[in-house]
Amino acid sequence: MTDNALEPLIRVEKLSKVFGRQGRRALELRRSGRSKAEVEKQTGSTIGVFEASFEVCRGEIFVIIGLSGSGKSTLLRLINRLIEPTEGEVYVEGEPISRMPAGRVREIRRKKMGMVFQHFGLLPNRSVLENITFGLEIQGVCAQERLRRGEEALEMVGLEGQGAKRIGELSGGMKQRVGLARALATGQEILLMDEPFSALDPLIRRDMQNLFLDIQGEIRRTVVFVTHDLDEALRLGHRVAIMRDGEIVQVGNPEEILTSPADEYVERFIEDVDYAKVRSAEAVMVDPKEVAYEAEGPRVVLRRMKRAGMSSIFVVDAERRPVGLCEAEEVARLLESGERSLSGAIDRSVPSVRPDTPLREVLPLFVERKLPVAVVGERGRLEGIVVRGALIAGLVASMNAPASGSNEVEHKALS
Amino acid sequence: MLAFIQPVPRIPLGERVEDVVSFVTENFEWFFSFLESVLTSLVDALSTVLTALPPLAVLGAFYGLAWLVSNWRIALLTAAGLLLLQGLRLWEDAMLTLALVIAATAVALVVGIPLGIVAAKSRGVETVLRPVLDFMQTMPAFVYLVPAIVLLGLGAAPALVAVVIFAMPPAVRLTMLGLQQVSKETVEAASAFGATGWQTLRKVELPLAMPTIMAGVNQVIMLSLSMVVIAALIGAGGLGEEVYQGLSQLDVGKSFKGGLGIVIIAILLDRITRNIRGGGAQKAGSGIKTA
Repeated sequence: MTDNALEPLIRVEKLSKVFGRQGRRALELRRSGRSKAEVEKQTGSTIGVFEASFEVCRGEIFVIIGLSGSGKSTLLRLINRLIEPTEGEVYVEGEPISRMPAGRVREIRRKKMGMVFQHFGLLPNRSVLENITFGLEIQGVCAQERLRRGEEALEMVGLEGQGAKRIGELSGGMKQRVGLARALATGQEILLMDEPFSALDPLIRRDMQNLFLDIQGEIRRTVVFVTHDLDEALRLGHRVAIMRDGEIVQVGNPEEILTSPADEYVERFIEDVDYAKVRSAEAVMVDPKEVAYEAEGPRVVLRRMKRAGMSSIFVVDAERRPVGLCEAEEVARLLESGERSLSGAIDRSVPSVRPDTPLREVLPLFVERKLPVAVVGERGRLEGIVVRGALIAGLVASMNAPASGSNEVEHKALS
Repeated sequence: MLAFIQPVPRIPLGERVEDVVSFVTENFEWFFSFLESVLTSLVDALSTVLTALPPLAVLGAFYGLAWLVSNWRIALLTAAGLLLLQGLRLWEDAMLTLALVIAATAVALVVGIPLGIVAAKSRGVETVLRPVLDFMQTMPAFVYLVPAIVLLGLGAAPALVAVVIFAMPPAVRLTMLGLQQVSKETVEAASAFGATGWQTLRKVELPLAMPTIMAGVNQVIMLSLSMVVIAALIGAGGLGEEVYQGLSQLDVGKSFKGGLGIVIIAILLDRITRNIRGGGAQKAGSGIKTA
């Protein structure tokens, strides 16, 4: 049995799609250097996608981003052959799909690939539950089993108890939850998502992104996600492919895209990114040079602070969970009054954030205070601290060229 | 001088059509007599049933049908209309007309809806079909009545053929339209989840196109009724006969009565077919109902 973790789940090799009659010729012309517009004039055919190549690994969220007309939706549909390719190949779990018989393609769609659509694609004459189990119905799964899996999916997207509602009664966000549930109910490994949140209000969009990330955290699917919103792409994607005029211009993780744009087009594309939204505490936090333990006394702590040249120090418990912050003057005062315990000097009202908290939410904490903020990880432990200066420097650096800082940690790492 | 006004040579179309019809009549007589008996028995069977049953039974049946398929108001309207027909002593004629309309509608739908489905899926079929449909709807009925009579004699058979030809196009067109108007994304969704063409048609396209298709059914019925007088002309009987007898006898009252009878049936059938709730859909669906 080959090591599946290494074999890409989806592999796309020089995939091209031409709309119109002279497919082959159009591609040849393009290869010989003619621009897309010239090819169109000469052949009357439009090149939708030109020689796209990429891989998607199991458990990854791969985002395809581009403007309208960039070919992103076409590329997505080439993966499950809703659109027939003109040239090139798509391998799903190693199987080439472009020459498969129709029956086999249907099998693959039923068993391996689910899809979520921009305008939901729901059946208005059916209830929520009936829509969710549609994929199962197609497969001939019996009613009882459908009901069970449908209810499970309902719960996953937060719509318990609403199975009997009519689609017409739902808001946009709820409809897309149904769309998502439908793709989850069938349990396919791969999820193809075509601008699923683009038709929703900005507030709802945010909620849906969070829901999606939560679900993905639990049931780790392999996702190919198409969007035109760069912020969304950078927020959700492990890797991002930028498309323009049917071609993939750059593929990389969010950091790479932001710090090393491949060409002028990508540069302009990322110009408007709100860095404070995209970057998180992790990107600017530093290791606290020293910490003080709750049980220690003022003399020891003060000495440590002097040695390290620190004016304030974080206090943690035996498990390295932050308890508060001590300023040097306070510790000195304690020492002078003969106190043995540190507790009198500990300011316990120190704000803390998580490593993935976006900088936009970290910034306000520094309006009133100059002292550092704790970055607390999964088990409540102190992972790092955000210092005002580093925060500002980090933001400024992002806005300019290649960032320094090699303490960027990939927080959505594939485990 | 005349030569300048008519530079195009005369096309002997009339003669050719004559020839074709004679040829067909001579060589396919067996087919047409077969067809004639089938069509006539279809209409006869229906009319026998409707006229043989006591009026009250028919009334009850229609009331029940209307109630099941639409709502109680329509059912009441149906009952009232049928009673009125009794009052006008038009019952037998009305039943004959009804038989003809039902038969014609059935044939038109059985042929027309599948044709509409095929045309919706195939550009080629649609292109061929459109001019044919235009032809069927605009050609004056009398024109194809003549060959119909020649081939099938006088009576219910040619009448049925004429009515079907005239009334079928809406079934085809609206089925086509209904299917083409189904949201592409929804159909895509069905395919994306691995549905076959049949499954998509049955579970997605037809249910979503149903309102438009029903509008087509409604129009078929109405057009059939509009042909009723012509049908009577060639021996189909029914309310149309009242009208055309009144015409030939210059008896205004008679033709008005006949006309009113036709209107009553038209209104009845129109209201019933227009108000079909997806009432079935509330109760049916795919059988999954949270307990």
